[in-house]
Amino acid sequence: MPVAKFEQLISTAVPLPIENVDTDQIIPARFLKATTREGFGDNLFRDWRYDKNDQPIADFILNNPIYSGEILVGGKNFGCGSSREHAAWAVGGAGFKVVVSSFFADIFKGNALNNGILPITVSDEFLATIFSEIEGNPKAEFKVDLKNQTFTIVSSGENTSFEINGYKKECMLNGYDDIDYLLNIKDKIQAFEAAM
Amino acid sequence: MAGKTLFDKIWDSHVVQEIPDGPSVLYIDRHLIHEVTSPQAFNGLGRRGLSVMRPNQTVATPDHNVPTINQDKPIEDKLSKFQVDTLTENCEKYGIDLYGLNTEYQGVVHVMGPQLGVTQPGMTIVCGDSHTSTHGAFGCIAFGIGTSEVEMVLATQCIMQPKPKKMRINVNGQLKPNVSPKDVILYIIAKMTAAGGTGYFVEYSGNVFREMSMQGRMTVCNMSIEMGARGGLISPDLKTFEFVEGKKYSPKGADYDKALEKWATLYTDEDAVFDREESFDAGDIEPMITFGTNPGMGVKITGKIPELSSIAGSEQPSFQKSMNYMGFQAGDTMIGKKVDYVFIGSCTNGRIEDLRVVADYVKGKQKAENVTAWIVPGSKEVERQAIAEGIVEVLEAAGFKMRQPGCSACLAMNDDKIPAGKYAVSTSNRNFEGRQGPGSRTMLASPLTAAAVAVAGKVVDPRGILETA
Repeated sequence: MPVAKFEQLISTAVPLPIENVDTDQIIPARFLKATTREGFGDNLFRDWRYDKNDQPIADFILNNPIYSGEILVGGKNFGCGSSREHAAWAVGGAGFKVVVSSFFADIFKGNALNNGILPITVSDEFLATIFSEIEGNPKAEFKVDLKNQTFTIVSSGENTSFEINGYKKECMLNGYDDIDYLLNIKDKIQAFEAAM
Repeated sequence: MAGKTLFDKIWDSHVVQEIPDGPSVLYIDRHLIHEVTSPQAFNGLGRRGLSVMRPNQTVATPDHNVPTINQDKPIEDKLSKFQVDTLTENCEKYGIDLYGLNTEYQGVVHVMGPQLGVTQPGMTIVCGDSHTSTHGAFGCIAFGIGTSEVEMVLATQCIMQPKPKKMRINVNGQLKPNVSPKDVILYIIAKMTAAGGTGYFVEYSGNVFREMSMQGRMTVCNMSIEMGARGGLISPDLKTFEFVEGKKYSPKGADYDKALEKWATLYTDEDAVFDREESFDAGDIEPMITFGTNPGMGVKITGKIPELSSIAGSEQPSFQKSMNYMGFQAGDTMIGKKVDYVFIGSCTNGRIEDLRVVADYVKGKQKAENVTAWIVPGSKEVERQAIAEGIVEVLEAAGFKMRQPGCSACLAMNDDKIPAGKYAVSTSNRNFEGRQGPGSRTMLASPLTAAAVAVAGKVVDPRGILETA
């Protein structure tokens, strides 16, 4: 699916300092029955957000109006578990455009990129700095600059660079997706098949 | 020039194009699809006005979301029915082989594929499911993909993937009696942690895997993703070739001979170099059980949950959160823990050998009164075998409830849910919070351990009982 272009973002962030956040937490399996990509944001972290009577759990971060923004900051090994792209749709559907962690599971990372959500890997130390910045000021702003591959704490100017392969960076900057690329080389694919 | 690993041999022969500072374009030999992660991909094809490039390399079955009772009747859950019907419509529209509900070969996609011979050595295989790594047991590069990638493969028979790093995990030595393939992989994951394999593709090597049956190898490769590895594979051998020969989709006659020649080259060269090697002593492995909320949180069944002081400071909050969820304390002994449900099934342990182990153990015994025990065969073929071998009779006599094939309580998308707060010993692959139903608490173990637990009504070491009997 063609994705929105992404260049720069300045936003507050929502902290989720939990390690090994798996895709069953991001979107529980019982919500995977839809046949479209829309509507998953409502059930993002469903069982952490709502109790068994569907009442909001007050102390869960997404229910705390102090925290908002387009950046989700998660603990180490974010997105482990199942390959369900519904997890990326849920994160995106809830309005997040960037997810920051010190370590991402492979499949989630790929799924996020394929949906125009930028996964940013920072060091454990920088992640701790981000968490304490938000703890000190929930309205702290962060700047994401994809072109220069930097993530900056606006108040202090403290920043870090992040890795993204050149191909995916171009895709995100221009809103291209992999299918566009593959369709362009279809002759080559067919020639490869014929030679097998 | 240094030799090649098995992984390199397969990967390199499937690269259509390398993108500078980007992923490789990888050709896909087989694409398995199911009802949950494919509908949005077919929608995407429709929107772009594309067709399925190679329907004859695509095979479908509904499994994640199907009921495991009354499969001959219409599905009651409207959303589930719509998903399954959508799969049927898409397969009809694009000419894809579908093994539908209540037909001869339907089953959990990773049980069905090998049974039909869809899975063959040296192939690249993908599916919108992370346990696609199962097929690595046949010497394949097999891995789970997201729905955008399902769409890519449908449209172009290719996928864009950065080449993972290579790790070899060696397990050599003599396994103790009643230590199963499930224990071997739970042991490895406990050593590696739930993230320890991320970024790698694993080759399992050593006499332990060579001596394992194909079904055992599938159990091992299946759980590669639970240490974060994209997949795991094992060099094919005579056992592999015998398994594949004569199956519905397997090459026949001269084609088979030709395939055999190619398959015989599928091994890691002696001088090949891995990015990382890990070695474990088979003699150290014992029946395993998990105590926490990721598959890396496992211990020997006779062991204890680690003390909080042994956990790194930064990881203590997550560990404590996990203990709170499970209702366990750091330092607790696992033996004797209360159990309410036993689930035997899934793409990890829903094969006939698994059911045989359970039946052998429970024959002449009764499940404990406090335990509800479900057996869900991995496929219609497993179900038929289980009936023919008298396994179903034994299990039902012991008080187990026999269900029909599907993913069932492994992920609890259908009605097969463990109630909130209840404890399940499960032969499946994930013990995440709520994985088997909101609030459910899962302990992962082997089919033998699960059988012993069902009979004892609490966590027990199956060996203690077998060896003193």
